[in-house]
This record gives sequence, C-alpha cells and structure tokens, in this order.
Amino acid sequence: MNSLSVEHLIGIRDLTKEDLDLIFKTADSFKQVINRPIKKVPSLRDITIANLFFENSTRTKLSFELAEKRLSADIINFSASGSSVKKGETLVDTVNNILSMKVDLVVMRHPSPGAASFLSKNVDAKVVNAGDGTHEHPTQALLDAYSIREKLGSLKGKKIVIVGDILHSRVALSNIYCLQKLGAEVMVCGPKTLIPKNIEELNVKVSNNLKEALEWCDVANMLRIQLERQDVKYFPSLREYSMTFGLNKEILDSLSKKIVVMHPGPINRGVEITSDVADSDQSIILQQVENGVAIRMAVIYLLAAQIER
Amino acid sequence: MEKQVILNAKHLELTLKRLCHELIESHNDFSNTVIVGLQPRGIHVVERLKIILEDILKKEITCGNLDITFYRDDFRRRETPLLPSVTNIDFSLENKDVILVDDVLFTGRTIRSGLDAVLSFGRPKSVELMVLIDRRFRRDLPIEANYVGKAVDTLLSERVSVEWKEHEGEDKILLYTKESDE
Repeated sequence: MNSLSVEHLIGIRDLTKEDLDLIFKTADSFKQVINRPIKKVPSLRDITIANLFFENSTRTKLSFELAEKRLSADIINFSASGSSVKKGETLVDTVNNILSMKVDLVVMRHPSPGAASFLSKNVDAKVVNAGDGTHEHPTQALLDAYSIREKLGSLKGKKIVIVGDILHSRVALSNIYCLQKLGAEVMVCGPKTLIPKNIEELNVKVSNNLKEALEWCDVANMLRIQLERQDVKYFPSLREYSMTFGLNKEILDSLSKKIVVMHPGPINRGVEITSDVADSDQSIILQQVENGVAIRMAVIYLLAAQIER
Repeated sequence: MEKQVILNAKHLELTLKRLCHELIESHNDFSNTVIVGLQPRGIHVVERLKIILEDILKKEITCGNLDITFYRDDFRRRETPLLPSVTNIDFSLENKDVILVDDVLFTGRTIRSGLDAVLSFGRPKSVELMVLIDRRFRRDLPIEANYVGKAVDTLLSERVSVEWKEHEGEDKILLYTKESDE
C-alpha cells in the first residue's frame, strides 16, 4: 500500500497498522536525507503550510518547522499570543482567513480536545494535529514508537510502561493506541489521582508501584507532570511525587535487566527523571528528537501527496 | 502478450564487459571515480559492473545506490505517492568523477532527478551517464548517455524490462508490446 487511509492526521486511533508501517518506512528514507551533507529535498516545492500554535510549544513547533523546510515547503507561522484570537475571533474564522491566503496544509496545536477534528471538517485543507488539549498528539506517539522500533528492532511483544500524569496527557493516549496497534503491551503507572477512571477498557495494565512497573517493562516512557493543566492538587507535593514516581539511577541500576528510558520533553530534571538517568546510555531522549523530524517529514509528505493540483 | 528478446544472457555479458572497458578507457584506474546506481533497477547493473571492473583492475571500486523518489517532478501528479527505496552512499561526491548508472534510458526524467539528488552529496567534478538500453527518440528532456549498452527504437506503448539471474532467474532484456498486461 502506497498511501494513507486517512485524509488528515487527527489521531492515532484513526490509523491502521498499514498506515503506521507506511509512515515508518517513509521516515526511514527521510532519516537518511537529514543525515546527508545537504539535508533538503525538493518534493513539496509547491505546497504552503501554516503552523498554527494556540498553545505554547518549543520542540514540536521547531520540529514541524524543520521538517517542512527540509521538504522545501513554504511556511507561515502563527502563535496565539499577539493575534486576533485575543480580540475574540473564532477558530474557524482565524483559520479561514489564513486559508484564503492559499494554504494547502495546516499544522495545529490547540488547548481544546477535538479542535483538530473540528477544523478538519470545517476548512478546505489537510490538517495535522500537533496536540489538541488532553486528547491526542499523534506525531509524538509515532516518533516514540519509531524510536523504540529503531532501538529494539520491533514493537511486537514488547512491554512499555508510561509513567506519570496519564490523566492530562495526550501523549499517553496516542502512545497507547499506537503501541497496541504495533503489537506491544502497555502499562500505565502513576498516583491513583492521575490515572483516568476505566482506563483498563483500553486494554492497558495499571500499576501504582514504580519499581514493580519497571521490573515488568522493556521500555519506560516518563511523562512530565503537567502543572499547567492541573486545576486542583492531585498529589501533596512535587517532592513527594518525585520520591515515589521519579526515576533515578538507584532504581534503574537495581532492575534485573537494562531497560530503555524515554521522555517526550520538556524534562523537569529532578522531578519525573533525574539528570544522571536522562543523560545515561539507557536514555534515547535525544534520538527521539532527531526521529521527530523524520517522522513529521513522512507524515507531511504522505498527506501532501493527496492534495489535488 | 508479445515479447521479444533484445539481449540474451550471452550478449548481455558481452555488452557489460564492453561497457567496463569503455569506462576504463576514460577513467584509467578509477582513483577519483565512483559509480552510483539509480534505485530501484540501476543498482543491479552496478552489481555486475563492480564484479567485472574489480576483476580487471584488481582493486576495489567505490559504488553506491541512490534513490531519487523525493527529487521526482511527478509528485502529486500520480494516483499514489511512490515509495522510496534505500540510498546507500557513505562517501562524499565532492570533486569526484561520478558515473550514474541506470538500466533503461527513456524520457530522461529519472536522470534529471538523479542529477538533482547527486548534488545533495557534494559538488562532483563531473557526472557521466551509463545505461544498458537507450530507448532512442523518446526523450522529454535534453539528456543523453555517455555509455550505451544497446540503443533500441520503441513505441511509447512498449515496455523494456531488464531481468537478472539473481532476481528474476535469468539474464535477459525483453521488449513487451501493447497487449501485455504485466
């Protein structure tokens, strides 16, 4: 199969296993491209992409921008601060105004879950979800799975634990869908208050004991505590969270096997992960960032191929 | 299905040997020369050239594979996007004499993309083109090969297929005409 089964990338939930394999295979080629002396290909010369960020982001925004530039697309950037959104313009109006400047593809991050899906139904352009509230963050899940596949060869039968603030995490949800479609087993681990009710229905294991979860897994994906989304106190203090659910060298070395450590960034060093773990040879955090560009190039390339001339 | 053999195994072998000698004529000991095969089918020609050249020159010849999918000019003009193949060039092309190799030269568009792709690996001193089959008078672009195995006159509707012992079971080059549904 040579093309994606979806018209927009809203969430991993909509993708098939074949879509994931196609994205990974394409990303393999783009990873070669970004390691060449000239890291650019002319494929998207006649495509214009708008990056709409209604929420703060450094890594994702840079990664998307770089991916688009390496594909030779023209890009325009927009961030909510200093825009007409503050003057009361609706999402569809903002986007339609931008689209009337003849934009072919929109990459959007928005604080409301469902914003990307809403947008895709209301505007005439391809939409790539770069994170919508607590819903999904598909490209992050793709690059996480791609990085594990690169490190361990395959996802099939591998055990991955996602540790931390599952309740507010779009990364966790997208990761669960993605890893399961690729045949991996998933466990979530964190304080009871930060694990969504009924999450077992997604076929994931649940643990409240970090040591036990780490003993079980091949890969640990440590999530950031999203203080900006927490309206009430979910745990007594960051210090206590760090003592119970933080990953440090001592726990890592006490395990019976060497596990792979991941983090989607930004890292709060000393909270969910200590510096010596983040910088250790078991961590693939920086590889994740490199793979992020290749994955985003693949997604944009495959979606742009569907745009009619 | 009408098919006609353009070159059989014996002639293909002779042609490859002749091409190798032509290469040595203009590149001497290959000290500054690299051979780059275009994916997906040009790489099989390179595999053979490498064996013959190394046998004659008694030294290793630097060869690579180049995928040109992302440099094509028909992106979004096809029904489905083309799947890329592997590029395997672990050397710089800066100041090298590059010989691009493909199996069939038809419209010249693949070669045009190949020239673009080559520049991503540095600025070569020179670039030459070698093809096994030249489908004459069928060019969309002003591109000609420096080394040609055999030139054939074909119709647009016809198709040339180069087959290899290692991959298709037999060395031969075939010309398929119209009713072929392959």
